Amino acid sequence: MDAVWNAVSKLYGEYGASRSGLKLIGYDAEKGLAVIRTLHTTVEMVRAALASITKIQDKPAAIHVLTISGTIRALNEKIKQ
Amino acid sequence: MKKIYADLHLRPNLKDPEQVACMIRKASELGYSLIAMSLPSNFPEEKIHQLRNICNEAKVDFASRVDLKSQTSKGLINSLRKLRRRFEIISVMCESKHVARQAAKDRRVDLLNFPSPSFRRRFFDKAEAELASNSLASFEIDIEPLLILEGPTRIRLLSSLRREVVTAQAFQIPIVISSGASNELLMRKPRELAALASLFDLDKASAVEAVSRNPLANIERNREKLDPNFVAPGIRIVRRGKDC
Repeated sequence: MDAVWNAVSKLYGEYGASRSGLKLIGYDAEKGLAVIRTLHTTVEMVRAALASITKIQDKPAAIHVLTISGTIRALNEKIKQ
Repeated sequence: MKKIYADLHLRPNLKDPEQVACMIRKASELGYSLIAMSLPSNFPEEKIHQLRNICNEAKVDFASRVDLKSQTSKGLINSLRKLRRRFEIISVMCESKHVARQAAKDRRVDLLNFPSPSFRRRFFDKAEAELASNSLASFEIDIEPLLILEGPTRIRLLSSLRREVVTAQAFQIPIVISSGASNELLMRKPRELAALASLFDLDKASAVEAVSRNPLANIERNREKLDPNFVAPGIRIVRRGKDC
């Protein structure tokens, strides 16, 4: 999650990061899947920040948004599909 | 209706077939329906055919592209004369003002690309845009430098891009956003490229068009022109024979 926070604050500053309401809801290390909560008003901002990540702990990496949903239940259903 | 997305600028190491195949598969996974790769001007036709086959297997459409890096405008004109009918997309890497101006007014150029992050070596100003508005060229923005650069260099690049996007929109020049990726870790989904475009104040609708409608329109137009039945815009040979 540090990489995500760093990316958001690098691109939008601490003020922008504070408006995003970012929170890690869950992380599955085996599948490499994470569920991140953000405000619906800052979805595009977080999407851009995630896309800007090229390294995690100095190792080359990329993060892609699989799907977006308003509730965690709907999100899980979308991921299962 | 489902949107069709295109990434017109992939830059794999063509000497590494595994990386090429990997990037093609990745493009398919990320949701692209059409990709174009930068090929050397002397790239053999059979190898283009091989690339097309790999893309067909991955269910992605392939377009051939050449990046022209001429030092002089005369050199650019010569290259365009030789290569226009061989490649579906011709992009000019505008590294000097003379070349940029020539590329902007030449109707054989599809994409104007300004690879330098330094604002002194980016020549997309009002004069350039006015010339480009009378031709068919689109303004291409590669996202890779935004991912790689950091600190003041990236800040200055964003500032230049913001100014250039305003100029392009004022002169109604289509904007094409491409990944410019040299490896699969630098490839992004179309919606992610569009989200990154918000960093230089391109609105969401225009950004989505820049990864879908605008690049596809370029390809469609050129494929029509390269078709052996094409005569002129709106005129095609529909039948050949003695009674025609």
